Amino acid sequence: MYSRYPTELCLAVLLALSGCGRSHQEPAPTVSPTAGDGAVITSALDPGLDHSVSTLDPRAAPYYDNVVAVTDGKRLFGQFNCSGCHSNGGGGMAPDLMDDEWIYGSRLEQIHQTLVEGRPNGMPAWGGKISDDQLWEISTYVRSMSLPATLAAQTGSTPSQSPAPVPREVDQTPGWTAPPQTTNDYTTTITGP
Amino acid sequence: MSVQIMRRILRCVPLVVLLLPGAALAQTMPAAVPADEVFTREQIGRALSPPTPAAGHTAPSAANAPPDDGQWTMPSKNYASTRFSSLTEITAQNVAQLVPLFSFSLAVNKGQEAAPIVADNVMYVVTAYPNIVYALDLTRPGAPMKWRFAPKPLPASQGVACCDVVNRGGTVDRGKFIFNTLDGQTIAVDIRTGKALWRTRLGNINIGETLTMAPLVAEGRVFVGDSGGELGVRGWLVALDEDSGKLLWRAYNTGPDADVKIGPDFHPFYLSDKGTNLGVTTWPADAWRIGGGTVWGWVTYDPELKTVYYGSGNPGPWNADQRPGDNKWTTGIFARDPATGAARWYYQMNPHDEHDYDGVNEQLLLDMPFGGSMHKVLIHIDRNGYVYVIDRTNGQVLSADPYGPVNSSKGVDLQTGRLIVNPDKETKVGREVHDICPTASGAKDWNPSSFSPDTGLLYIPHENMCMDWTDMKVSYIVGTPYVGADVHMKPGPGGNRGVLSAWDPVNRRPAWEVRENFPIWSGTVVTAGSVVFYGTMDGWFKAVDAKSGRDLWKYKVDSGIISQPVSYRGPDGHQYIAVLSGVGGWSGAVVSGPVDPRDGSAALGMVNVMSDLPKYTTAGGTLYVFALPH
Repeated sequence: MYSRYPTELCLAVLLALSGCGRSHQEPAPTVSPTAGDGAVITSALDPGLDHSVSTLDPRAAPYYDNVVAVTDGKRLFGQFNCSGCHSNGGGGMAPDLMDDEWIYGSRLEQIHQTLVEGRPNGMPAWGGKISDDQLWEISTYVRSMSLPATLAAQTGSTPSQSPAPVPREVDQTPGWTAPPQTTNDYTTTITGP
Repeated sequence: MSVQIMRRILRCVPLVVLLLPGAALAQTMPAAVPADEVFTREQIGRALSPPTPAAGHTAPSAANAPPDDGQWTMPSKNYASTRFSSLTEITAQNVAQLVPLFSFSLAVNKGQEAAPIVADNVMYVVTAYPNIVYALDLTRPGAPMKWRFAPKPLPASQGVACCDVVNRGGTVDRGKFIFNTLDGQTIAVDIRTGKALWRTRLGNINIGETLTMAPLVAEGRVFVGDSGGELGVRGWLVALDEDSGKLLWRAYNTGPDADVKIGPDFHPFYLSDKGTNLGVTTWPADAWRIGGGTVWGWVTYDPELKTVYYGSGNPGPWNADQRPGDNKWTTGIFARDPATGAARWYYQMNPHDEHDYDGVNEQLLLDMPFGGSMHKVLIHIDRNGYVYVIDRTNGQVLSADPYGPVNSSKGVDLQTGRLIVNPDKETKVGREVHDICPTASGAKDWNPSSFSPDTGLLYIPHENMCMDWTDMKVSYIVGTPYVGADVHMKPGPGGNRGVLSAWDPVNRRPAWEVRENFPIWSGTVVTAGSVVFYGTMDGWFKAVDAKSGRDLWKYKVDSGIISQPVSYRGPDGHQYIAVLSGVGGWSGAVVSGPVDPRDGSAALGMVNVMSDLPKYTTAGGTLYVFALPH
């Protein structure tokens, strides 16, 4: 079907895929071969793979398990008027940050990317307006809002007042993996126009 | 520790947390404010004269409310804004037999606030963002779609809409359906073809401006006002030429006299509104530029007096300590010349507003007996809890009486016109103020009342809610919220969050009241058949007797109702009632957002008192039409 594609490319891709596509039974987090140069993947759909892939963005590393980051993040969240739209995590003009539904991804680098780029349905783009370190700190506070420890610390009707630091483990859970013996295996390579 | 073991522990943690006593994950309704913490009508109601009902019969003038032709071409029904239908087929005696005839999905599950419009046997509905306009052919069974117009507003406009992505409706006039889009356009659609005749961009989403109001069309002009008082937007009213969409004039509600169009024709009744450049001097330096005073509610017109009337919204930010001064010309009613915008008079309901009491609610233009003779009045049912009866020729307040729970003020001083603020409920930085009544959304929000000339009563759909409020310093960042207050709302005395009041404006008291669990955020329509229709936030469309308030009929629709019901004569001569379902708006944000019920501060404090709504209704958006079986 794709016979016009150079054989070398096919082989190279197949080789790369075979390295990642092995693990039907034991999903393991791997560094995606396509997420280089700061690209942050938001979709769980990675064509050519029968499971989704988690990226481990090295830029996020210092912000896990970091009390200072999450405390600074809380202060910055108020100062930059994030609370104007998101309240104390519940949302309002903007979506709920306390729940487990993430339109654009819950990994720290995905939240960070959302802050940098903005999003089409009303999230402003803060990249270049707030320092990158502060954007990472705000990301940790945002992620903290839905942590069980932060929710448990809520007394009364205002949440997110005692944010817990973000454990490294929350971003090490693997993505969705195909159930055994499903028929679609998505092994064909597709390249764009 | 290995990754596997950590993962297993992490999965257990949520379960453990739920078992812990005192885990604050469940929402509870806050306690109602005690009845002895609000003032009574006897304590704070005031009038220049005692009631003189024998001096005449309250009614709109014929020019302001022409004989009912069975259509509903503007949301307010007529310039008098009576929202009264003269049709008599449906009566208090037979309305129990009312049945749904057809429904139509709007394909948008956000708060639907519009009034269905009926002109020449076609019904027009504009939805919440993305503001689709549907034209339905009422002459054919099932009212099939004639055309659909999709204006495609900018998706980013959803991010600067304070209170859901709502739209309060359009108007049909001279072959055009005229409405606003969230991203700041006014559009006229040719009703024959469904194509746009003109589009005028008035608002800039990058400074936080949106449009949500229903434009007023009068004598060849379209009047449009902006939204964005929570984002530091400067308020204005604009007049467009109806045929071309060209801008004729813009009058601001803050700033120098020239911008506000205050000149030699301006004759405010009260001393505190007289002076030069008060729109600058009653603010700290330059604060008026981001001061609010937006016009997101109702504009109306008197064709006899040739005057446009509208109210201006709250000053910004909500933290009043950042803007000492009376903050003119916010939270007040302007009377203006429709041709030039020149201001004629102004009355400020809430000088230096500290509670978000926008002045944008509806104005009913009626001829009413007062002090022994008939007066041309403007009745304004304000967020601050008072029914104001104002002489619309000069802006003098004739009476002001509380229709809901009030303790943030102690009445209106009718000599100075000034609201008597209660110092115990003033909001200031560093103070947590408790049990302020009415709440920030008011004793009533934008959802409009109706008036029956048969009963002489106003049918006011409203709230019984109060709030706690703490100010905090806020910085202004263009295009982001500029509020500075942490609010938690709560039920008012009695615990019922909603009330339907039948208010007698001459005798200055309610004739009857119906209590509702949820605050009422729909409009009312009243008919000559003596029936009042309204909808509840949990999805009941109800009919009550206009004279007694007795329950007559109800029907459960697919989602809560926050729209404006209307009544019209169909092509077959029968009487129809139409309403939109689709809960949302400020009060329904917990469902339409959705917003998390665990954050009481969310949606500007509304979630604290509405956290149970998701148990009663889901989001929706459907047009329903009812009639007697025939």
